[in-house]
Amino acid sequence: MLYVTQTALLLGCIYAIVSLALFISFRILNIADLTTDGCFVLGMAVSVSASVHGHPVLGLFLAMLAGCAAGAVTALLQTRCGVPAILAGIVTNTGLYTMNLMAMGWSSNINILKQETVYTLFRSTGIGGSWYNILLSFVIMALFMVIIRLFLATRLGLSVRATGDNPDMVAASSIDPRKTILIGLVIANSLTALAGALIGQMQKTADINGGTGIVVIGLACLIIGETVIGRGSLTRNIIACFIGNFVYRMIYAVILQTRIIPVDCLKLMTALIVALAIALPTIRENAALYRRIREEGHRNA
Amino acid sequence: MLDLIEVSKTFEPGTVNEKKALDRLSLHVDKGDFITIVGSNGAGKTTLFNAIAGNFLADRGRIVLNGQDITFLPVHQRSRQIGRLFQDPLKGTAPHMTIEENLALAYRRAGGKTSLFSRISSQDRRQFREALKELDMGLENRLTTPVGTLSGGQRQALTLLMATIVPPALLLLDEHTAALDPGAAEKIMALTEQIVSRDKVTCLMITHNLQQAVSIGNRTLMMENGRIILDISGEEHSRLTAEDLIRRFRETAGRSFDNDRILLSD
Ligand SMILES: Nc1ncnc2c1ncn2[C@@H]1O[C@H](COP(=O)(O)OP(=O)(O)OP(=O)(O)O)[C@@H](O)[C@H]1O
Ligand SMILES: [Mg+2]
Repeated sequence: MLYVTQTALLLGCIYAIVSLALFISFRILNIADLTTDGCFVLGMAVSVSASVHGHPVLGLFLAMLAGCAAGAVTALLQTRCGVPAILAGIVTNTGLYTMNLMAMGWSSNINILKQETVYTLFRSTGIGGSWYNILLSFVIMALFMVIIRLFLATRLGLSVRATGDNPDMVAASSIDPRKTILIGLVIANSLTALAGALIGQMQKTADINGGTGIVVIGLACLIIGETVIGRGSLTRNIIACFIGNFVYRMIYAVILQTRIIPVDCLKLMTALIVALAIALPTIRENAALYRRIREEGHRNA
Repeated sequence: MLDLIEVSKTFEPGTVNEKKALDRLSLHVDKGDFITIVGSNGAGKTTLFNAIAGNFLADRGRIVLNGQDITFLPVHQRSRQIGRLFQDPLKGTAPHMTIEENLALAYRRAGGKTSLFSRISSQDRRQFREALKELDMGLENRLTTPVGTLSGGQRQALTLLMATIVPPALLLLDEHTAALDPGAAEKIMALTEQIVSRDKVTCLMITHNLQQAVSIGNRTLMMENGRIILDISGEEHSRLTAEDLIRRFRETAGRSFDNDRILLSD
């Protein structure tokens, strides 16, 4: 059980960064950013490659920078070229496949053998004992959560938030919504790439298909978190990113251990969670309407 | 101060739905003018505002504001000088953000003074409270209330404040009290006159209330088919009545005035 909880904590901390990215793009900017899957692998590829060449820490920064570039491409496609938001993400994602192969030296899989990673470097300091990788992941996650929370209260952060809330009002306040969308997506994708970078170094491997479905899982966790602790203030929403991922990884680990349901079914479950959670308000509304129609039908009969 | 020179705009050109919404329209506005604009449905009043504010580019013609040619500037650059209110109170504010956050954004129109990474300071809050007090709606004690929970009248008052907190060179009001209940409408109208006269804002106001059109401001325009067909100012404006407007419309346009929301009196 301890092992299960540890794994869930570790993965929960890292994948919470993906949910944080989706919180920015999906919840704040109101854009379903499908760059996410490819961007996650991009982060992984860049950071593992850098580690193989002996630069694990630099690898994290390079991964984030690469994520920024990917986000910028998606943003520019939609704001300057009129490509619909969803399509812009898909287009970038497709292009990233090649970029990711390139980043891994044209192979579909690379491994860190004896070289250091940020995790092995941190372990050698002795801090955190056997919890070292959880501690490091948690600190990095918490750091970025705090930075994002502070950013969202700045003038620029307010502009980004208003862009998703009421774009007309943003332009009327002499802010260019094209710029705020760019800024939002650049930040979001740098976070996604960071998560990929950490997973890559933690598992000591990067795989060209390592990002499949990440966007849906990230959204599912975001929604699970919001359901568990409620959607209130920004701070609460940000913490929900971690809670959701932890809960999801716990469930995942339990299923993996007990095999109540075949592991292969997990993707389907995840998809169901997302579809249901997003559909729930509409379903509720329809149910209420249906009930009313039936009741009034009775009264009039 | 504002000049429109032969501005034209045609929607869906070359189709059966082709609509000449602005037809070589020219207009000169003096600094400090408070102009009311009336006209039947589809006359092109909102389109005129869209052209001035930059929601689309005019097909033809030039628009000059304070000596600067703004014909090709995008909305967000024009909004530095132009404030605008719509009929829909939901249009001017971000519902999921608080009152102080909305005001802080509006304040960005002031430009350079505030850094992008600055947060709302206690000095900002004092300033916001001061400004909100003038609205006399108790909003000064609700800085952290999400705007989405306010009433339509409160939201429109806040939008008015946001449009004028940095006094704009030009204020565009598009039937901004039409969607409010009579009490709130009266309140917003009084606030509008108070702010406009205090800051000496040049103002264009579309209204369907003919009584209001003749009693407020110093000049009245009547639009029809994308043109200005009547322009009354000065001495003549001060004697103008709502009935005059209707009569003059019939004489000029050759048909009777039809606007589904038209009001002869308050
Ligand atoms: N974006 C658009 N696309 C196509 N046609 C448009 C568009 N905007 C306005 N029009 C047309 O242009 C004409 C002028 O519209 P406008 O909204 O300016 O009228 P208005 O004078 O504001 O009328 P109202 O009193 O009803 O608000 C109308 O026939 C309208 O259908
Ligand atoms: Mg109109």
